[in-house]
Amino acid sequence: MKIRIKFKKTGIMRYIGHLDVMRYFQKANRRAGVDIAYSAGFSPHQLMSFASPLGLGLTSEGEYLDMEVHSSGSSVSMVKRMNEVMAEGMEVLAFIKLPDQAKAAMASVAAADYILVPERRLLEDLKETAEGFFSRESIPVWKKTKKSEKEVDIRPFIYEWRMEDEGLFVKLASGSADNLKPELLLEAWFGHMGKEYEPDCFLIHRLELYAREGGREEGRLLPLSAFGEEIL
Amino acid sequence: MESQDKKVSGPSYNAHDNLDKKERKLALNHKILMSVEKPARYIGGEVNAVMKDFSKVEVRFAMCFPDVYEIGMSHLGIQILYDMFNRREDIWCERVYSPWLDMDRVLREQNIPLFTLESQTPVREMDFLGITIQYEMCYTNILQILELSGIPLFSAERGEDCPIVIGGGPCVYNPEPVAEFFDLFYIGEGETVYYDLIDLYKKVRAAGDGRQAFLKQAAGIPGIYVPAFYEVEYQEDGTLKSMKPTDPCAPERVVKQLVVDMRDTFYPEKPVVPYLKATQDRVVLEIQRGCIRGCRFCQAGMVYRPVRERDLEDLKAYAVKILESTGHDEISLSSLSSSDYTHLKELVYFLIGRFGEKDVNISLPSLRIDAFSLDVMSRVQDVKKSSLTFAPEAGSQRMRDVINKGLTEEVILSGAAEAFRGGWNKVKLYFMLGLPTEREEDIEGIAALANEVARVYYETVPKEDRRGRVQVNSSTSFFIPKPFTPLQWASMFTKEEYLDKARTVNEAMKRQLNHKSLRYNWHEADVSVLEGVLARGDRRVSRVILEAYRRGCLFDSWSECFDNDKWMAAFCAAGVDPAFYNLRERSLDELLPWDFIDTGVTKEFLKREWKRAMEGAVTPNCRAACQGCGVRKFGGGVCFEDQD
Repeated sequence: MKIRIKFKKTGIMRYIGHLDVMRYFQKANRRAGVDIAYSAGFSPHQLMSFASPLGLGLTSEGEYLDMEVHSSGSSVSMVKRMNEVMAEGMEVLAFIKLPDQAKAAMASVAAADYILVPERRLLEDLKETAEGFFSRESIPVWKKTKKSEKEVDIRPFIYEWRMEDEGLFVKLASGSADNLKPELLLEAWFGHMGKEYEPDCFLIHRLELYAREGGREEGRLLPLSAFGEEIL
Repeated sequence: MESQDKKVSGPSYNAHDNLDKKERKLALNHKILMSVEKPARYIGGEVNAVMKDFSKVEVRFAMCFPDVYEIGMSHLGIQILYDMFNRREDIWCERVYSPWLDMDRVLREQNIPLFTLESQTPVREMDFLGITIQYEMCYTNILQILELSGIPLFSAERGEDCPIVIGGGPCVYNPEPVAEFFDLFYIGEGETVYYDLIDLYKKVRAAGDGRQAFLKQAAGIPGIYVPAFYEVEYQEDGTLKSMKPTDPCAPERVVKQLVVDMRDTFYPEKPVVPYLKATQDRVVLEIQRGCIRGCRFCQAGMVYRPVRERDLEDLKAYAVKILESTGHDEISLSSLSSSDYTHLKELVYFLIGRFGEKDVNISLPSLRIDAFSLDVMSRVQDVKKSSLTFAPEAGSQRMRDVINKGLTEEVILSGAAEAFRGGWNKVKLYFMLGLPTEREEDIEGIAALANEVARVYYETVPKEDRRGRVQVNSSTSFFIPKPFTPLQWASMFTKEEYLDKARTVNEAMKRQLNHKSLRYNWHEADVSVLEGVLARGDRRVSRVILEAYRRGCLFDSWSECFDNDKWMAAFCAAGVDPAFYNLRERSLDELLPWDFIDTGVTKEFLKREWKRAMEGAVTPNCRAACQGCGVRKFGGGVCFEDQD
């Protein structure tokens, strides 16, 4: 049975890197007695995959992982069981069953919502320049790949934006096809302001991950949790 | 759009300073944590970490392992004491580890005091700072912990507002090189008198008395050594003349504390589970303490006497509970000479039967190679990948007799043959170089023995069944005489002499018939020389440690950090000659810096064993025939087996 878990990673958990979060869930599954399936061989591992690794220093209330289980209690009881063994800053929000033919979370992610909260001293400048920056036709940036550096226009990858009281809300392209990391967006914005980008002067919080309905390019963006159903 | 009407939540501005009320307050801000390698080392909050309300506890204890988090978190002893202290409502025991070099720099530059992981409180505000001293090469890290905490390095300079600094662990069987940095040492196993010490502290504080009053009364608790109450005098030749108590509160001899009945003690059923991959990322089940074997080089084998086994049923129950509470997918057994644990078979087969199906790895300690261990190994590991380990420790039978290592060549070769038939084709051999009475032929014997193991493979396994060549990996370390061992009087060698010995082995390996199947590597020699001085040093060595620390020595057990030149400069500056400690055979009459400690094993027994070593005479193990080493006086363990 394919299961999708939605979870929250906040507070001090932002300092736990992706590989450690994977190890954390392997242990949490055991503590909670999740009947998870293992790979074969002498060093079996849990059949589990994460939708989209969250960078070190970021928090999120919209993280997803898919796993294969032999059996399961109801969604309500499984969420409760898992939350009984969670550490400070981690919370399971949903535990749902995916259809057998469902695409893995990792392969289907298409967009992500973020809220970017700057240190207070930067807020005024950002509010003033936001309109000008986001209304540009194109925002070319230099993107480093493993082999080379190339110029990419990131404007098409910004699906939505708005200023909130505390910071900026954005919906960005995410996933294996088009992908825009919020840090790269911020770097471009600072460039636009004629300023040097200071890493870690923003707290970056992910709100949700989306996939396209029906997996089609023109499909609506739906939260990853919309692709499964409650276990009663 | 779907997110348009959703109420946006997220971190507040304040989280930049970690002032968000919902989050546990951290000692370091976001920028600092993001600027260092592995920030998870400094945030606490792990599964099973104990949180208490500091306003409701009376005594706060910072428990420190003076090495980096991933090493310190792998240590069972701290987990035992952490659990023991936190069982009491009036005590909050928290953890602290050595900040890595990057964090060390930040703390110094920004004047941030070192803090505990749980409450993120400055260590300086604690009532106690307990430091476990597991190896000599962490001595400079102890000074780092003190300095970053804002605690004066020398006990004599500490005021009423400083925590009481306690040292414990195996290195305190010769605490003298670090004696002046500690207020007191706890000698022996922590489960016995720590509660008494804490109760005394509360009593003294309630009476309005201070540090001095506490230390005086603490010195009266068995196992507690307060260095300030002893005066040391030296002879003209530099050896120790006397060590006498200067205060009536301090005993002439400090008696090691130990748990007599292993059923009547603590075991952490909910150990802290780190987020970072610790060196030991698994459940550790301690099956017994002590060792019956009596290898003459082994300090643990002497100071942890007598052997005390844990109850089989207790161990089974712990294994079940701890795997449940941690979620670990691996369990390992811990003890010296595990093959001697009476119920080993039952325990191992229980673990395999109960957890083998649940995808729990069972990692075995090094076992004597026999039908049982091969059967178990073939069930829990991939024979093709795993290797077989032997620790002959010396290359010739004569040399093995000197160190009382009972393993014979015949046993090694027949064990290897059996393993080769079972499909193994990788063997690891561990040896020591620089043992007392060692001759050229003993050194070359290492290569000869490795060759024999390879020969046995080619004789045992027919050509068509071989999967490539057999691999015999030999490694040597340099023998360092340790206090309270029968070889504590032995001389060491110079760095050049050590390297010559290693070269001799290397050359001999190349001459072997099966040299293509043999690999050899050896340890650094300069670290061994230094460890030798620190292991058998006296109070004068503390000046060297301080000088080295001032010159920037830190994390000396990490090869990428160890700087021998700085250490040698420190010896010069302190006016201390390493040769005095390393390059002379001590006389049996010499007063040794650690003689004031009573480990139960008598000096008479050690002398007898030294003499037998020199004769190459083997001494039987505790179960075969009691040798009257002295520990029977503790009233338990193997000394009383089959006698009740």
